[in-house]
Amino acid sequence: MNAPIATPRPAENGPIETDVIIIGAGPIGLFAVFELGLLDLKCHLIDILDRPGGQCTELYPEKPIYDIPGLPIVTGQELVNRLLEQIKPFNPQFHFSEMATALERQADGKWKLKTDAGTEIVAPVVIVAAGAGSFQPKRPPVPGIEHHENAGDGVGVHYAVRKMESFKGKNILIAGGGDSALDWTINLAPIAKSLTLVHHRDGFRAAAHSVNQMRELEAAGKVKFHVASVKAIHGEPGALKGVTLAGADKTEWHHETDAFLPFFGLTIKLGPIAEFGINLHENLIPVDTARFESQTPGIFAIGDINTYPGKLKLILSGFHEAALASQAAFAIARPNEKLRFQYTTSSSNLQKKLGVS
Amino acid sequence: MKIVGTDRQGNTREVEGRDGWSVMEILRDAGFDIAAECGGACACATCHVYVTDGWYEKLPAPSEAEIDMLDMALAVEPGSSRLSCQVICSDATDGIKVTVAPE
Repeated sequence: MNAPIATPRPAENGPIETDVIIIGAGPIGLFAVFELGLLDLKCHLIDILDRPGGQCTELYPEKPIYDIPGLPIVTGQELVNRLLEQIKPFNPQFHFSEMATALERQADGKWKLKTDAGTEIVAPVVIVAAGAGSFQPKRPPVPGIEHHENAGDGVGVHYAVRKMESFKGKNILIAGGGDSALDWTINLAPIAKSLTLVHHRDGFRAAAHSVNQMRELEAAGKVKFHVASVKAIHGEPGALKGVTLAGADKTEWHHETDAFLPFFGLTIKLGPIAEFGINLHENLIPVDTARFESQTPGIFAIGDINTYPGKLKLILSGFHEAALASQAAFAIARPNEKLRFQYTTSSSNLQKKLGVS
Repeated sequence: MKIVGTDRQGNTREVEGRDGWSVMEILRDAGFDIAAECGGACACATCHVYVTDGWYEKLPAPSEAEIDMLDMALAVEPGSSRLSCQVICSDATDGIKVTVAPE
């Protein structure tokens, strides 16, 4: 189930104006849309991943969750699907595959948020629902590897393949044993000058049919596979020449390559939030428990990213935090209006918003 | 029951394990820098440790799921790499030596 993706509006067309910017489209950010929506507050959500759900869909889409009130068993993906269904009436605007990179307060008191894709959004309220931070590719602990990232198309270290044709005619080294490692081995082998796959064992967690395809390419001499790992990287910064590989028996050898593609999945780094000027305590945002507002007025923090006495990192706690933060957000976004607290069960007004009456 | 843990800086200290708890939980609560992003569900490979000094062989063998998940860990050393959320403390693990793997 895919949520609608808003087309990022380039800065030259002027920033997008909305009521609330939510950083993070995990379960808590999604539920915040609901609570804000009941109060007629519109939201834009930003997430570095290419789909909603955060950790639920990235780490455990198929794993059952047993502690969501009223849902005795639900998988991470099912929970996200249900949340998307629940917030659909409020038409949230999503900015996927974008990282929130800068946040500044304008002269009028509103916040302007910028993303790495050039999107600019202005709103009186920002809700940080960023979990443990942003998912970023795992970088192998090889000294100096960072000097070979962003070296250009088809050369150096890449954690993703954006333009397949840029690897045409190159010597490529892929490391890893998951689906990405195997899929790119299979897809790049036909266009590469040479393709070598290394993994720490002669077995793969990737789908069996991918493994079979890789074995066929290996048998046909199109792919070289070694049980080995990358120990060192060679070449001036930005000019990768090769790597040192170490086999299972610790024997080391030199391997020349134009490109090195490590595929070890994603890990969570706090990312640019640390530079937003929000007070942090051990990478968490301290909040009060009446409003779930950070020490910067207008910036709220809900879900795993916040901390307060008694904090429990549970999805259900995040839902509660979203409800209270929304009430406080209303007072900021609609300073001249009185908040009318109503129940979805009895309010025909709310039911109209939800499209059920 | 003790766990002898070494952090990424090479500092070693002894911490008290708890029967039935995972080594990940004990190390994390003792302040070792261990991400354990998925919270112990064998779903992220960010609690990777090296089990050394003969202790690897003494442990029950890793499950198929753990072996698969180790494919997403960095700097895996066959014969010592384990996901610490899958290593459970008991009398049999008293004195186990583990080193937090690089991230």
